[in-house]
Amino acid sequence: MKRAMHLNLLGVYAIFIVALLYGPVLLLPMFSFNDSIYIAFPLKGFTTKWYQEMATNSALLAALMNSLKVGIGVAIVSTVLGLTAAKAVIRHRLPGKTQIVGMIMLPLLLPSLFLGIALLIILRKVFSVDLSLWTIGAGHVLICMPFSMLILIARLEGFDKSLEEASLDLGENAWGTFWHVTFPLALPGVISSLLLSFTTSLDEFVIAFFLGGNDTTLPLFIWSQLRFPAKLPGVLALGSCILVLSIVIVVLAEVVRRRGVQSSKPTVF
Amino acid sequence: MVNNEDSVISLRGVAKHFGAVRAVDDVSFEIRRGEFFSLLGPSGCGKTTLLRLLAGFDFPTQGEILIDGQPMSSVPPYKRPTNTVFQSYAIFPHLSVAENIGYGLRKKGLSKRELAESVHQALEQMKLAGYGSRAAHQLSGGHRQRVALARALVCRPKVLLLDEPLGALDRKLREAMQIELRQLQRSVGITFVFVTHDQEEALSLSDRIAVMSKGRVLQIDSAARLYEVPNCRLVADFIGSMNFFDGSIKCVDNGHVIVDVGPAGSLCVPKIQKNVELGAEVTVAVRPEKVHIEWRAPKPKGNAIVGRIADESYLGDRSHYYVEVPGMIRRVCVAHQNAERFRRSIESHGRQVWLTWSTESAVLLPRE
Repeated sequence: MKRAMHLNLLGVYAIFIVALLYGPVLLLPMFSFNDSIYIAFPLKGFTTKWYQEMATNSALLAALMNSLKVGIGVAIVSTVLGLTAAKAVIRHRLPGKTQIVGMIMLPLLLPSLFLGIALLIILRKVFSVDLSLWTIGAGHVLICMPFSMLILIARLEGFDKSLEEASLDLGENAWGTFWHVTFPLALPGVISSLLLSFTTSLDEFVIAFFLGGNDTTLPLFIWSQLRFPAKLPGVLALGSCILVLSIVIVVLAEVVRRRGVQSSKPTVF
Repeated sequence: MVNNEDSVISLRGVAKHFGAVRAVDDVSFEIRRGEFFSLLGPSGCGKTTLLRLLAGFDFPTQGEILIDGQPMSSVPPYKRPTNTVFQSYAIFPHLSVAENIGYGLRKKGLSKRELAESVHQALEQMKLAGYGSRAAHQLSGGHRQRVALARALVCRPKVLLLDEPLGALDRKLREAMQIELRQLQRSVGITFVFVTHDQEEALSLSDRIAVMSKGRVLQIDSAARLYEVPNCRLVADFIGSMNFFDGSIKCVDNGHVIVDVGPAGSLCVPKIQKNVELGAEVTVAVRPEKVHIEWRAPKPKGNAIVGRIADESYLGDRSHYYVEVPGMIRRVCVAHQNAERFRRSIESHGRQVWLTWSTESAVLLPRE
């Protein structure tokens, strides 16, 4: 009896924490279906008009396209760089390996506000580059690559180095070995790296804000719409869509990663 | 050094340093064509490093390796006439058994049919027929080992390198695989270079064995000669068990050396070394099974030392007696074959005994 009570209390506590964490987020989808421009209780009635409005808003669609372009580009570049860095770190004796990894990881710890300002100064004053989606992408690669490298280091460490040696031993050169052994085995890590970099870039606001110039990504567009109360429900609809998309992608990444870990585990005999 | 016609691998002053560690330290020897050659030694003795130098995964810091007469110093692993069976087997987990075995053949310019035929033959030969479409993780340890062997042998290497391939198998399976491996080597006629830390495995499989310690090769010989005529104390101690009597040379007559071993007396040893100096510090070594226990004083002839039985352990087929001899720190071990059931019922502990052996059974070693 006592134990059941104890479990109950723990359960209540757990539900309370989960509600505290995710309740506010759930307000977003809830009000996006509310038939009123005011974000306030009581709810007025069910409508999907905000979603329809969203689908016909050309500025919004342009921002969405920009975000997709940047996100896909960033995902690919950051994964390629992450994979090469991970391979170098794991498979070769590098002098100053710890320092190199530390330098790559650093953007994770730097406040993105300062990173954004610093990049802006360098791009404009030192290199005189015009701000565009390219500069946003470059900034995003900087903060996505640590994730990619970490995921891929974990993945490469997860399989036996002698698999690559076996391929060399059986007559494949380094390039063939990479494509026939390393890459297929790293594939679950590559996919989760692509997905995580993509979502990170899709959500990112601060760096995009500093490096964006006249081009607007989705977070920038949403922020600009907050000034107009009438547009707010539409923004909520958009936010709900991004929320669902992000969750789907992150779950997918994790599923792929776990499945990969299982299939490459050595059989116990 | 002369490059023998029948040597397929020759190592000339090969060394491999990792920082300050000399994993392989100035090693020179030849491996003959078609022989089953083992590298034996405790872990960390450099045997796996040496194998990796042969395979081309690492390159020597000094010296030269010749495989089939060709210097290998700038030849990457994928261009060497060697194939490797890895300790972990390194079966590609993303490929089927047949794809694993065919992996090394794809570069050989075979047609699709020829490739499939070769893979099929390899599967048959390794008793893996019907396993071709299985995934690697559906295989048992013994089957993985067969796939690894088939994958390497199907490439028809000049030398097959095996890195402790039986280490992961349980005892029964390991013994069965030892026999199979030996038969396989004879039937394919390929030179096998086999790394192991298991002396029994090395003794039963190999034509010749190189015993390694701390990066150096101590002795290269057949199993019987390593056991009966070790050239140093380390080899004698590592292979089987051995009794050592430290002493100095008292006199040398034709074919024999008399060694003074202090309070225990003098021992007579056959003279096989050329240079034997009077007074030199040496060690006399005798295997436990070559020593006989006498319960009464023997006639004063041959080697006999007196001691007291301090301990006895019964091992079924044989018993070990541990005899305390005055002036010696280590007890002398005597192995007695239990040829009759319950032959001895006398209380042995503390009894005075005489240990004898034929002069030819003892080996003279330099003192270390």
